[in-house]
Amino acid sequence: MTTATRRSRPLNVISVIVRRPASAVAVGFVLLLVFLAVAGPLVSPHDPEVQDLGNRFAGLSSTHLLGTDEFGRDVTSRIIQAARIAVTAPLISVGVALLIGLPLGLWAGLRRGVVDAVAGRLADTILSLPALVGALAIVAVLGPGLVNAMLAVGIIFAPGLFRVVRGATLAVAEETFVESAVAIGSSTRRTLWVHILPNIAAPLLVQVTILMGVALLAEASLSFIGLGVQPPDASWGSMLKAAYTNQFDSPFSVVPSGVAMVLTVLAFNTIGDSIRDAVGLRRRT
Amino acid sequence: MTPGPGQQNGTGQPSGGEPLLSVRGLTIDLPGGAVQPGLVEDVTFDVHRGRAVALIGESGCGKSLTSMAILGLLPAAVRVVAGSVLFDGVDLLTCTRRQLRRVRGGPVGMVFQEPMSSLDPTMTVGDQIAEVRRLHLGERRSVALKRAGELLERVGIPKADKRLRSYPHEMSGGMQQRVMIAAAIACEPKLLIADEPTTALDVTIQAEILELLRDLRRDLDLAVVLVTHDLGVVADFCDDVVVMYAGHIAERTPVDGLFYEPKHPYSSALLSAVPQSGRARTNLTVIKGRVPSAGHFPAGCRFEPRCEHSVDSFCGRPQADTALSDDHRTRCGRVAGGELILKGAVRG
Amino acid sequence: MSPRMIIRRLGGSLLVLWLVSILTFLLVQLIPGDPAEVIAGENATVAEVARIRTELGLDKPVLEQYFNWFTGVLHGDLGHSLSTNRSVVSTIAEAAPATLVITTMALLVAVVIGVSAGVAAGLTQGSWVDRAVSTLATLGIAMPSFWLAMVLVSLFALTNPWLPATGYVDIREGFGVWLSHVVLPATALGLATAAELARHTRGCVADVLTRPYVRTARARGASGAWLVRKHILRNSAIPVVTVLGLQAGRLFGGVIVVEAVFGISGLGSLAINSVLQRNYPMIQGYVLLSAVIVVLINLIVDLAYGWINPKVRTA
Repeated sequence: MTTATRRSRPLNVISVIVRRPASAVAVGFVLLLVFLAVAGPLVSPHDPEVQDLGNRFAGLSSTHLLGTDEFGRDVTSRIIQAARIAVTAPLISVGVALLIGLPLGLWAGLRRGVVDAVAGRLADTILSLPALVGALAIVAVLGPGLVNAMLAVGIIFAPGLFRVVRGATLAVAEETFVESAVAIGSSTRRTLWVHILPNIAAPLLVQVTILMGVALLAEASLSFIGLGVQPPDASWGSMLKAAYTNQFDSPFSVVPSGVAMVLTVLAFNTIGDSIRDAVGLRRRT
Repeated sequence: MTPGPGQQNGTGQPSGGEPLLSVRGLTIDLPGGAVQPGLVEDVTFDVHRGRAVALIGESGCGKSLTSMAILGLLPAAVRVVAGSVLFDGVDLLTCTRRQLRRVRGGPVGMVFQEPMSSLDPTMTVGDQIAEVRRLHLGERRSVALKRAGELLERVGIPKADKRLRSYPHEMSGGMQQRVMIAAAIACEPKLLIADEPTTALDVTIQAEILELLRDLRRDLDLAVVLVTHDLGVVADFCDDVVVMYAGHIAERTPVDGLFYEPKHPYSSALLSAVPQSGRARTNLTVIKGRVPSAGHFPAGCRFEPRCEHSVDSFCGRPQADTALSDDHRTRCGRVAGGELILKGAVRG
Repeated sequence: MSPRMIIRRLGGSLLVLWLVSILTFLLVQLIPGDPAEVIAGENATVAEVARIRTELGLDKPVLEQYFNWFTGVLHGDLGHSLSTNRSVVSTIAEAAPATLVITTMALLVAVVIGVSAGVAAGLTQGSWVDRAVSTLATLGIAMPSFWLAMVLVSLFALTNPWLPATGYVDIREGFGVWLSHVVLPATALGLATAAELARHTRGCVADVLTRPYVRTARARGASGAWLVRKHILRNSAIPVVTVLGLQAGRLFGGVIVVEAVFGISGLGSLAINSVLQRNYPMIQGYVLLSAVIVVLINLIVDLAYGWINPKVRTA
């Protein structure tokens, strides 16, 4: 019976998320973002690269819904174009963090020993630096650029993820069904895949969702200070940098990309919170 | 030597005058009447000056809720929907917050079940006792602390001056409960409400705490409402008994009446659940079945599904609270109608 | 805390700092390719590359390099900036005050706004105050501080010229001028942390309210301000202080971007320029300083924690 409830957990989580209005909207927003990232050029009202220098800083109009920027480019189209980076950049960071943190965390949680001790110390050390300072140091080694910046952010995320995975694994590993599986000779790999991973999926998913939002903020920060996206590519963060330099000419220009970013982070956070609540709810009953 | 039930309580004669505390038709429910009928329904009893009244029943019968409701300390999720709680002539349910605040910790003290979690972990025990005097008498901290030291001594804590500066976690459970009691009596109350004051403690400590409460009762002429599920404690300590079952009062009687002439099948089942040989403190779980949870109360007699004496045709109907004599009431229609005569505890 | 615990705690902090020093040292070693060539830049002559190699000691064995570098660090010598040739320590010391002041003021903003909003929301659960605080907090957490900074500049410096949009002046030039330069950056930086704190504080207060000891205090006649001050705040403070430590570290990272918005030449802009110029001795100094500050904050938080929580104090 316990196995059955455990198996059905992902479905339940999804149904809880979709049933809540706030998180349903958030999921819809993220899906829209993914759609724009894939099919952006098809739905974009203008070519985001085409300049119209006679029409700089145009206000809101029916042709330019969100106006134009310092080169007369259509802001709506550029926001849509930048959605691609808004989706991919966090995926790079979270992917890197998972690649490092997940296996180490699983191993440390299940086997303890040297791996646990060394990885734990290293995690403590990295976590003793403010995230952005750490990311800056790594970018200093790798050199500026979007991919490098997001790799750096991923490395900085890894210790936190490691701790979450390790803690959850430790808790699950003490449960009887895992102990008995090990006792009847289940291999470490099988134990991890079949018994532990499905049971730590929920806390992991919460962490990953929230990290997506944090990664987007980190991308924006690094692009804003010139270490992330390099021109001519554009992300919401680098658009904000341009808007910042032109703030005198066009105070409104800080709004569109900023709002796009806040909404996206809000969406990730809302989904993360909902999963947490959904899982917490299950635990209580 | 253990005195028999209801004999030792020196001041225990009901004074003819007004009761000190009079609970009338108390009904407690979730907001919006989510549970019909209520979690606690139509509870009525009196406590006279110097008398000790037990609220007894299994867990989930509403006795703790009833005791909390007296001082308006119910959890946020539940509330009183009907009835009154008259203390010294003032209805505590309708009086101003200011009046209620003056009663709490002043003329009415309260002691809770889990001393560890009921004491503030960030405050020294001295300050927690002194707090009562500061709030009610406006004493300065130093004065109140001095008095707190005397109170600690009074409740049997040695080296009281040193102990004043201790934090709750540095004390044993029995000590903590003594501190709770010291704070409850800090303003010389007339009434002490004790919600299972000994349940969380070791058996030997239980006896000491009861002994302390007995002394205080005598010295301070305290009236007591004692919530318990322990019949031994009832026999030792109380004058009157209110037997609660599933949010109702099943039977209300002086202690002797309960032990020798129980007038409700639930009371008699409780009595037979106690080993005959003595005062063993059981959890009263020996009666078959369980207390129905709120919202799932039977429409008729609430004890009917677990009752040895039930008769379908009769017990399926709601039972009225009936007076058998001046001080003895039952909610069993079969007993009230003379159909059923129950056996009391054999005198040991 | 007992002296033994404090010593143990200090030992842990020193160990972390030592490990950070190793990672910091390795920064240069990890540069792909020949570090000296990368640092010197593409147009450097062979002689320049050789000069940098000797100057940074890159021609020696790694362990010896670390030993020399670490000895220097212990003596307060972090080397010289590759761009200005000034000592790293004095360059950092020059930039640090602006950054530290803004971070501290941001922390103040965060604590004052976050804790009071959180307490108000926690005490009035379900009210409009609670809902407003929760909504604003959710929004504040999702808002990048540099965007907030731009919006604030737009509103309070450009649209309404009440406050300066850029720069930092020392407090010695006058309290009013100083404050007018600090308000916007500190607010921009502090509000996100205030949001986190408000959320957390609300949760802690809500939890404390359900505790039996609060009911006991009520049963003693405590209520209103007395109950809040003597019982609720103190107990809620214990978990809040822990989060405060984490957030203080985060502020020190966030200040980098906020400095960029306000054109303040503090540690943040120093760090950004150093990364862009591959000025590794500066970066190393900056990272080490950050670690020291965060470790110090955590130490202070732990001591404060022990002071608030008697269970730790007497353990």
